[in-house]
Amino acid sequence: MPDTVEKKSAKVKLRELQDKIAQDAWDAKNRGEKVGWCASNFPQEITTTMGIAVVYPENMGAAVGAKGGGQRMCEYAEGMGYSGDLCSYSRINFAYADLKKCEELEIPFPDFLLCCNNICNCMMKWYENLAIELDIPLLMIDIPHLTKEKCDPERIKYIRAQFDDCIRQLEEITGKKMDYDKLNEVMAVSQRSSKAWLRAVSYMSATPSPFSGFDIFNNMAVACVGRGTPEAAEAFEALADEYEELVKEGKSTFKGEEKYRVLFEGIACWSNLKFTYKALQSRGVNVTASIYGPAFSFLYGSMDELMAAYAYVPNSNCFEKEVSLRVIDARKNKVDGAVFHMNRSCKNWSGKLYEMERQFKEQTGVPTIVFDGDQSDPRAFSEAQYDTRVEALVEIMEQNKKEGK
Amino acid sequence: MAADIFTLGIDVGSTTSKCLILGNGEEIISSAIIPAGTGTSGPGRALEAALSEAMLSRQDIAAVTATGYGRNSFEGADYIVSELSCHAIGAHAMFPDAKTVIDIGGQDAKAISIENGKLGSFVMNDKCAAGTGRFLDVMARVLELDVSELAEKDAMAGRVIPISSTCTVFAESEVISQLSKNVDICDLVAGIHASVAVRTASLVRRLGLTPPLAMTGGVAQNAGIVRALSKELGEEISVSPLCQLAGAYGAAIHGFNKLKGRK
Repeated sequence: MPDTVEKKSAKVKLRELQDKIAQDAWDAKNRGEKVGWCASNFPQEITTTMGIAVVYPENMGAAVGAKGGGQRMCEYAEGMGYSGDLCSYSRINFAYADLKKCEELEIPFPDFLLCCNNICNCMMKWYENLAIELDIPLLMIDIPHLTKEKCDPERIKYIRAQFDDCIRQLEEITGKKMDYDKLNEVMAVSQRSSKAWLRAVSYMSATPSPFSGFDIFNNMAVACVGRGTPEAAEAFEALADEYEELVKEGKSTFKGEEKYRVLFEGIACWSNLKFTYKALQSRGVNVTASIYGPAFSFLYGSMDELMAAYAYVPNSNCFEKEVSLRVIDARKNKVDGAVFHMNRSCKNWSGKLYEMERQFKEQTGVPTIVFDGDQSDPRAFSEAQYDTRVEALVEIMEQNKKEGK
Repeated sequence: MAADIFTLGIDVGSTTSKCLILGNGEEIISSAIIPAGTGTSGPGRALEAALSEAMLSRQDIAAVTATGYGRNSFEGADYIVSELSCHAIGAHAMFPDAKTVIDIGGQDAKAISIENGKLGSFVMNDKCAAGTGRFLDVMARVLELDVSELAEKDAMAGRVIPISSTCTVFAESEVISQLSKNVDICDLVAGIHASVAVRTASLVRRLGLTPPLAMTGGVAQNAGIVRALSKELGEEISVSPLCQLAGAYGAAIHGFNKLKGRK
């Protein structure tokens, strides 16, 4: 059994950096600067370079869910007339936009909105609605869904044109200027962060994995919003170094013996994070593969490649490529099974999940389960239903091991 | 030869508790079904009834294996196993050739593939408990029938009145609405069965329809459901009089196998 180790300082650094990014936004707001609400897969290189403070309603939705406020906020939004079928992040955000307070977490109110539809289609209407309700400008970048593996030059040209126009509008709104030399620096720093993040998650292929796979859900927040800062690059490099050291020592932050290794597909059930984790951990199941590994690293060497990188994110990428990313990750990280989250919030993701599971299973040969849940609305999740599926998966994995499969 | 190793399987379901005692992993010594599930006196009563019928005491049982929705809250289990594994094992014991098992329980429906006599893979109902045993209980109550009478009514149906709502409560309203039109109750029962069959068949297809098929769980006692499901899938479905005990049967076998493994 690997020795259990305390949380390392890289995690603390990442948490502090996350807090700092949040505080920077409040400080900017208090100084009278324009602050934006921003979609998680919007090119952060733009705002980081221009020194524009933005905050992320999706991250707030996850945090509110994790802290137990998801249902209350969702129910409030439903009382306003929003459908319960809408994404729970959007419902939490609509509730916050109306209430202007939230006991779990608050973010500064926006002066403009930055939306990008590469992660979600619901988000276009979500942000359009906010723009009308709050009477503020909305800047939208349309990233066409990829229908083949490579992002073609026409798409890149189309995205680039919007990128340029977005910068021009942001300059008007905020009064801050884009410095293209600085953009190159930010792109270089983002590359450092992305490569370090990829190196960190690559250690999941070790046996045992040096960390509990659920850690990814927490660490990816900074990978998502702050990777263009030197502090983020340093923190991710420290994280990768720590994992490398743990691999050498045969240690892990995963509590207990790692008997089975699984891929966890989808966004976490933030409101039920503890239960979903414990049901796996208590049976010796560690998550050693997740699309959050490869998905939140944006590798590029030029402006055109930067444009293309934002088309390769999950939900914008072509389906076959998405399946193959998971299959490659699962094989490399030697998974014994897979857990697919049917996230009722995300129609984009849940709509393709059964087919993704079918193809994944066919290509890897490992057993899979699908469970119903939601990223931040606990009403879609049943503990007993989840637990039964996990238990049965473990029984199949145990049998497979006995039979040497 | 008289059995000398007794193993007991108890399937603590959401609506019913089932218990079965096995001798030497093969001979069914006794069984009990109590229509009260987890959190009630049902599990204890099922256990006592099975022991009493077998004229055994708890000390005579070499291994107790709990399964079903209430498996974790059952005290005194030597092993706890998911109902998916237990139904696969139990169904294999009843139907050694079966490749696919359909189990409709009180709150969920499952399609299970059997590999080497054990659980291979499975698909369960998603989102809600529509099309499960509880759904049929509600419908029977609206029709002022006992759930055991549904099969008989189904057999007399001249046509199938479609019930389209997925939600149990809305489906109940649909049935009430049909009743107010004075439709033949037998046709309505056939429609209720068809709606369950369509939902269950989609699970089987998603798993991969591999015959021979068998059905376990309490709902398998309803010949109307079995007939509708068989028609929907275009395959024969084997059913045993012990279908409701399949989970407990599989649990008792599992306990015996564990003991054998220890030796």
